[in-house]
Amino acid sequence: MPADPVGASKPRALQAADPAADFDRLNRDWYIDKAVQIAVFIGGISAIVFIIGIFVFISKEGFGFLLGEFSFKEFFLSPNWRPTSEGNPTYGILALIAGTASVTGLAMLVAIPFSLGAAVFIAEFASGKTREYLKVTVELLAAIPSVVWGFIGLAIMNPIIIQTFNVPIGLNVLNAGVILGLMAAPIMTSIAEDALKAVPDRYREAAEAMGATRWQVIYKVVLPAARNGLLGAVLLGVGRGFGETMAVLMATGHSINIPTSIFDSVRALTATIAAELGETAVGSDHYEALFTIGIFLFVVTFIINLTADLVVRGVRRG
Amino acid sequence: MDAAGGTELAIRTRKLNLWYGTFQALFDVDLEIRHGMITSLIGPSGCGKSTLLRSVNRINERLGYVRITGSVDVLGHDIYAPEVELVQVRQQVGMVFQRPNPLPISVRDNVLFGYDLHAGGRRKSRAEREEVLEDALRQVVLWDKVKDRLDHKATALSLEEQQKLCIARLLPVKPGVLLMDEPCSALDPRGTEAVEELIWELRGRYTILIVTHNMAQARRASEECIFMLLGKVIEHTDTAEMFVTPRHQETADYIEGRYG
Repeated sequence: MPADPVGASKPRALQAADPAADFDRLNRDWYIDKAVQIAVFIGGISAIVFIIGIFVFISKEGFGFLLGEFSFKEFFLSPNWRPTSEGNPTYGILALIAGTASVTGLAMLVAIPFSLGAAVFIAEFASGKTREYLKVTVELLAAIPSVVWGFIGLAIMNPIIIQTFNVPIGLNVLNAGVILGLMAAPIMTSIAEDALKAVPDRYREAAEAMGATRWQVIYKVVLPAARNGLLGAVLLGVGRGFGETMAVLMATGHSINIPTSIFDSVRALTATIAAELGETAVGSDHYEALFTIGIFLFVVTFIINLTADLVVRGVRRG
Repeated sequence: MDAAGGTELAIRTRKLNLWYGTFQALFDVDLEIRHGMITSLIGPSGCGKSTLLRSVNRINERLGYVRITGSVDVLGHDIYAPEVELVQVRQQVGMVFQRPNPLPISVRDNVLFGYDLHAGGRRKSRAEREEVLEDALRQVVLWDKVKDRLDHKATALSLEEQQKLCIARLLPVKPGVLLMDEPCSALDPRGTEAVEELIWELRGRYTILIVTHNMAQARRASEECIFMLLGKVIEHTDTAEMFVTPRHQETADYIEGRYG
């Protein structure tokens, strides 16, 4: 470099970059960056890998039954689930489907008013501390283990139902439906509240400025605008009810029945798998039939959750 | 028209003070706004013009931490009196917001929203509702553009059409006063011109109070002008007069663009 009195007096950091510097050095930061990228990628696709893995596994175990013993008509339309019968075992899950459906249906009748009411109160009326306390409480409620709910059904609801309605047994559709409804309500409340919060405030402001009362704002503006999200919340509740096992096992009475009243004991699909799988010989018809129920549950909950997801997304886009 | 003749006044405030929590946004505002006039509110950001506007239909109260002293009379009634029903105040005082905010329902339902609210539970006949709908949309020069799209979502209209719709939906309940909070600031120049023309058309039938940041708009689209600064009313005169011979130094500085 030619002598430059001004440049030479500058501190080293301010001098021009060394023109011979290379651009292809791989230092520690480069390796950390690559490693993190790979780790995050593996984490990202793991959910897909697991879901495919699970589906392949339960399909494989139920495959023999689907190909050999399986009769579509008998499986879905016969109410006779007698897998342990000597000589003539039958595998009909109609009664089990009826059990799950009746309990889930009643649960939704219980959960929808509770959860929508709670969501509307939290999102539209409560403010400050009240709202925070309520949200935390709802989340705590969602964290109660299902076996505890089952215990409540067995030990508390059972005698209450027997006394109140004067029926011989309190472990029935009513008991399980109420328990399941209370279990599903917190998650439905959270999702429904999110949907209500997503309604832009300017809609409320516009309606109020036109003279709508608070109820009119909610009923005519907020609920219709949040319709998709609310529907999604209900569908997720249905999915939860469909897949719940322990509480329904304990509270339904676990007897195979197509219910004609809410005081009939029933048995759920999930509870059947939980109760019987441990006692079957691996690879037997019974074992494979249980896995076929698993495939059916998997497909149904998958469809319900996917629909719920699409419906909730729809509201974001629109 | 004499400002002292009580019934000629559409809006009158007396010693109006307003606090957001502990922050005082309005100081002793005394205003007399005459019936059927377009009055513009100008002033730099944060001077309290939107706050003043929003206390004339009490929409400020949505925030929950607003406190007020003094009085606001609309068409001779103190709207802060304890027996006043907000629903009726808002029937008399319509509001247009800065961002067009049609409800996410059809064009028809938007226009008839307020009308149905204030029908008092009486179900109006279909023919009657259609007539109200057409009349309101014609008044804002929107009928020909949307008459084939009445059942489409209002949020799918252009911003200019949305803002006109937001004005149209106020008209069926026959308000006396229209409040407009920078109604053109979200619109392009053509939309601005169209909405300004519309506002000018409505002059005489409604008392219009309009907040604007746009000095040229205040000048061409209003008859009287109020200049506010730091929560106080500095000057309130004819628009033509204010822009030619402002009485106060602050007003002159603002309209010449020395601050704001």
